[in-house]
Amino acid sequence: MNRETAINTVLVAGLAAVPLIASAFDDPFIVTLATRIVIFALAGVGLNLALGYGGLVSFGHAAFFGLGGYAAGILASHALNYEPLATWPFEISGTTQMLVIWPIAMVVSAFAALVIGALSLRTSGVYFIMITLAFAQMIFFFAISWPAYGGEDGLSIYVRNQFPGMNTLDPTSFFLLACAILALALLFSSRLSASRFGLALKGARQNDQRLASVGIGPFRVRLTAFVISGMITGLAGALFADLNRFVSPSMLSWQTSGEIMVFVILGGVGRLFGPVAGAALFIILEHSVGPISEHWQFLLGILLLAVVLFARGGVIGVLAGGARHG
Amino acid sequence: MSLILLIEQVLNGLQFGVMLFLMAAGLTLVFGVMGLINLAHGSLYMVGAFACAAVATATGSFWLGLAASLAAAAAAGALVEIVVIRRLYDRDHLDQVLATFALILVFSEATRWAFGSFPLYLNVPPSLSGAVTLPGGIEYPAYRLAIIVVGFAVAAGLFALIAKTRLGIQIRAGEADREMIGALGVDIARLYTIVFALGAGLAGLAGALVGTIQSVQVGMGEPVLILAFVVIVIGGIGSIKGALIGALLVGLTDTLGRFLLPIVFATFMDASSATSVGSALASMAIYVLMAGVLVARPSGLYGVRA
Repeated sequence: MNRETAINTVLVAGLAAVPLIASAFDDPFIVTLATRIVIFALAGVGLNLALGYGGLVSFGHAAFFGLGGYAAGILASHALNYEPLATWPFEISGTTQMLVIWPIAMVVSAFAALVIGALSLRTSGVYFIMITLAFAQMIFFFAISWPAYGGEDGLSIYVRNQFPGMNTLDPTSFFLLACAILALALLFSSRLSASRFGLALKGARQNDQRLASVGIGPFRVRLTAFVISGMITGLAGALFADLNRFVSPSMLSWQTSGEIMVFVILGGVGRLFGPVAGAALFIILEHSVGPISEHWQFLLGILLLAVVLFARGGVIGVLAGGARHG
Repeated sequence: MSLILLIEQVLNGLQFGVMLFLMAAGLTLVFGVMGLINLAHGSLYMVGAFACAAVATATGSFWLGLAASLAAAAAAGALVEIVVIRRLYDRDHLDQVLATFALILVFSEATRWAFGSFPLYLNVPPSLSGAVTLPGGIEYPAYRLAIIVVGFAVAAGLFALIAKTRLGIQIRAGEADREMIGALGVDIARLYTIVFALGAGLAGLAGALVGTIQSVQVGMGEPVLILAFVVIVIGGIGSIKGALIGALLVGLTDTLGRFLLPIVFATFMDASSATSVGSALASMAIYVLMAGVLVARPSGLYGVRA
């Protein structure tokens, strides 16, 4: 077992221990906090596919996070108000079933990622960073100025959506549900990065002319990766909406894009468990330093600067050592 | 819809555009010469606005405040360049984005520490507080007109600086080949600091000028920063001319979109839904413009490299 595997095992064990720790301390808030970590890690796993494996520095993943959240919020609000979502050409009603909401959230995010990716991937480098940011801002401003679903005030989901055979309002159940999805996403991510497609994607990052010369078009590989990446982040958004029972344009803001990026980079770009480590560190820091000083973001900024300037490779990079593979 | 109202909106669009140009010029210079993407540029805009507000309140003179905004932003820029930014020139864009994102957090929290969370207000200087009557009987606030004049004057000065002076020659040479001008005996590190401070000073000036129209508060820089990104993506990264054209395009599109789209929709919708649809679409208009430009020219209107 190498050191990176050992770190990953510690992270998994840490998450598994959360319900036990929470019941030992009799503090259910720990579970909610851990659920936040898991959901943010899931969003990071999505971004890591594009950013880490594909080298696509997307500064607009909040768009997919927010769209997933709004998909969940809008479907639930229609179901709870007994208003059909559409009456023509046939009647479509809202739903509170997570098993229906998740695929819809993923399809919506995938469609947005397809459009944004198809336009943005015409460019590269700094242009790509700024364009993905600008598209996310476009959706953000649309959400703010469109009054039907709360506009700037956001949209409340009065009752958490349902999952068959489970009481999702119980924090531990919801936590385990989120963990199961994160585990699936990590499994998918590791299988994908080892697959022919994953190798082609890494090839596109390293040298796209060489990839083209062996007969693989880099554009389609990148676009596919961008769409998958957006779908996973969108799913995280739907879960986040259910965690807070609230959706607001702040999920779409550029700060959210920055934070998702921070999770990935703090943990270690292109490392399978990087987003998990990064999200855990970020949230724990926020909640341990936050009460001591209201200016915790100052410390976060200094810490981030230190990681970028002196500890390249993030937490996992520093602890596990060695260049990342791939 | 009266013609006078339309002309007023065009002037507002120009004013917004030249203000965006002051921001975008620094961003595009820094990228063109150093190859650096600087998210903290919006923080320098904020520093300028706060410096202006603090000095204007303390001394009672807006003009001293304006000078202070230039000095404070340029000094903050030079300091940040020396301490942090110069370690990032050889890094990839991802590291630059993250490090300058961290700088935003540091700047914002430090400003909140120093000035508190409440917005400050700046008054328009008395000599510019009235309205002027333009040819055709249009009344327009003198202050906004002054911003337009200052913006175009700065643009002209910047073009002259780049085209005519020794510093401008070094900047252009630095864009073309930095190793070569280093070998020719130009102190690259000093040149980079000067360029960064110049861009920072322009951003600070923009912050101070706009601070009188809007409120001065923490976080005021980032929305403008993102618009400035849109400007330089449209204009072509690294091109001052592109930044000017892009800024005016974005300023006019945004202002006129907000004014005209609700009117257009009102011709076939009821008034309240026309307002909401129109304003929702207007807030997206500049991004649609940007997407359109990119489809036609992936490296912007005057961009040379992708």
